[in-house]
Amino acid sequence: MPQIFPRSANAIARASIIGALLLIGGGLLFLDSLNRSNYQTKQHLTIEQPVQFSHARHLAGNGLDCRYCHTSVEESHFAGIPPVETCMTCHSQVLKEAPMLEPVRASYETGAPLEWVRVHDLGDFVYFNHSIHVNKGVGCATCHGQVDKMPLTWQENTLQMQWCLDCHRAPQKYVRPKEHVFDLNWEPEGDQLAMGDSLVKAYGINVGQLTNCSICHR
Amino acid sequence: MADTPHIKRSPDAGSSSGKLTPSYLDPDYQVMGEGLTYKSVTDKITDIVLKLKTSKGWWIGFGLSFTVLQVLVVSIVYLLIKGPGIWGVNNPVMWGFAIINFVWWIGIGHAGTLISAILLLVQQDWRTSINRFAEAMTVFAVMCAGLFPLLHVGRPWLAYWMLPYPSTMGVWPQFRSPLLWDVFAISTYLTVSVLFWYLGLIPDMATLRDRATHKVKKAVYGFLSLGWRGAAKHWDRFTTAYLILAGLSTPLVLSVHSIVSFDFAVSNLPGWHTTIFPPYFVAGAVYSGFAMVLTVLIPVRHIFGLHDVLTLRHLNSMSKVMLAMGLVVAYGYSMEAFYAFYSGAQYEIQAFQNRMYAGPYAWSYWALILCNVAIPQLLWFRRFRTTLVPLWMISIVINIGMWLERYVIVITLNRDFLTSSWDFYSPTIWDWSLYLGTFGLFFTCTFLFIRFLPMINVFEMRELIHHVSHHHHVEGGHGADSHEKSVAQS
Repeated sequence: MPQIFPRSANAIARASIIGALLLIGGGLLFLDSLNRSNYQTKQHLTIEQPVQFSHARHLAGNGLDCRYCHTSVEESHFAGIPPVETCMTCHSQVLKEAPMLEPVRASYETGAPLEWVRVHDLGDFVYFNHSIHVNKGVGCATCHGQVDKMPLTWQENTLQMQWCLDCHRAPQKYVRPKEHVFDLNWEPEGDQLAMGDSLVKAYGINVGQLTNCSICHR
Repeated sequence: MADTPHIKRSPDAGSSSGKLTPSYLDPDYQVMGEGLTYKSVTDKITDIVLKLKTSKGWWIGFGLSFTVLQVLVVSIVYLLIKGPGIWGVNNPVMWGFAIINFVWWIGIGHAGTLISAILLLVQQDWRTSINRFAEAMTVFAVMCAGLFPLLHVGRPWLAYWMLPYPSTMGVWPQFRSPLLWDVFAISTYLTVSVLFWYLGLIPDMATLRDRATHKVKKAVYGFLSLGWRGAAKHWDRFTTAYLILAGLSTPLVLSVHSIVSFDFAVSNLPGWHTTIFPPYFVAGAVYSGFAMVLTVLIPVRHIFGLHDVLTLRHLNSMSKVMLAMGLVVAYGYSMEAFYAFYSGAQYEIQAFQNRMYAGPYAWSYWALILCNVAIPQLLWFRRFRTTLVPLWMISIVINIGMWLERYVIVITLNRDFLTSSWDFYSPTIWDWSLYLGTFGLFFTCTFLFIRFLPMINVFEMRELIHHVSHHHHVEGGHGADSHEKSVAQS
């Protein structure tokens, strides 16, 4: 009886074992890298906004405090997006005719709010509260990065769950004295961990409870 | 014992009063019909795949199964669009048909593993002509079973979250949860079952390759037989691998359904939290598995005229296993009742009273006792073990009974600790259609298997002929003498 397969079939069969393993392993590795890449996280990407607002200009340039615009950050889950009236406190005087600010003036006249595109978009299954973080010594820059160096706003961190848990499991690595929460350029003096430990105690942060599922998923 | 089939006690103590009867004189004790030879048995099995015109019965059966399979497709698509809210599950009965059907299908698979692994290790010669079929059923049943938890998670495309891998979520699955143990148990079970089944098929694929006349068939079976030439070295390695897999499968018979039972037993729920669950779940699984093998094999035997390879001996032996398992299960039910009252715990007692007479689902408990305990007692009589129609009907009754058993267990949820949260559970049309649909999947696979693969193990049948015709004692059920097999192969 003649052979059905040529001799080379043996080599192909052997190679296919290694090939399949490489293909599966490589495929999984690719998917995992894709999941961690900014293609998935949207990290460090600037977004087209109705007005090209620059945090760098307003914070580093003009010396505004975060809370000048994000007024409810200390009391509410929501930091607050300022109404155009806040913009107009200055821009009724400064850069009155600038074409870049045309949408702001239009909004002020018609009353139709500006439709900003959310940069830090958490999943709907996550309950996040700004006030508790700010009041327990988590600085703005810890999550948002140095926005005073961002001409256009981008998402500094992955916002993936393991990133949240990194701090929720060991907040002493990140907490700072409350008075420096809004200081975007603050650096710890000396040992962060030693200071962090004492701050965690002083602010009554219950670390064990921070990793309960229902802390974030309600 | 299996290798000395010529002198045995007759299985029917009633008629022969326990006297020693030469078994070859007893038609019911033969593992195969008269006059089968290496060639005729090979022809008989491989012709179904290669030569015979596809029978009308096959087309009708396949057509019907394939139609029912479409019900499954529709049910799944609609479920994915609307979500599990289309099912009857509610609070407190959060586990409805999905878990009932999951446990039921997993149980069905256990006959295959028991027959292939344990009966191989204890060298029962009557396993030979049913093991391939039972193993195939195991694979298909586990496929059906796996669908239910997968769909019950709501977003099946994220089911890989149940696997422990370094994820961006920064958490591992809950290793203390029996539901996670299930993931490991079922995936191990499926892997080992597929490997075992496929490994056993390799020599037969080679036989098909050698006998096929069509070029495509030659190539496909040739590819699947992985270059098998029937050399002594091949047989040697094959036998070792087969025994290793049998050894791996043996604990699985016990572990898989034990772990499935932990889904219930580990929880702190009256009526579920009992130590008897693992062993009686295992027995129940084997019980329903054998029942399903009989349910399917009896018609197949008739349609394909396999009377001389699937003899009354096989049916008789399977019935006996079924009867034994039925008694274990019955013992389980009585112990459940006993411990409920012996515990003195008011919630345990109440759960059981609800189950038996006080609750709205008491009918299902008594239907279960009727199907699983009362009717199978007929198997004590040889007439019922060896007459096809009644045996077939009993096997179906047991299948229903084993389904009811899981129904009774799951429905316990409808009355929990707080009277205010009591509620009723009734399955919706989508619960039923999904369940019905899995039959479509199961039988479509079964019919394709019957048509394209040898449903009876050819090389083991040839080996059996050798043993029976030579009446000699050979150590080891499998491939003790690889030379003989390579002769038979050619």
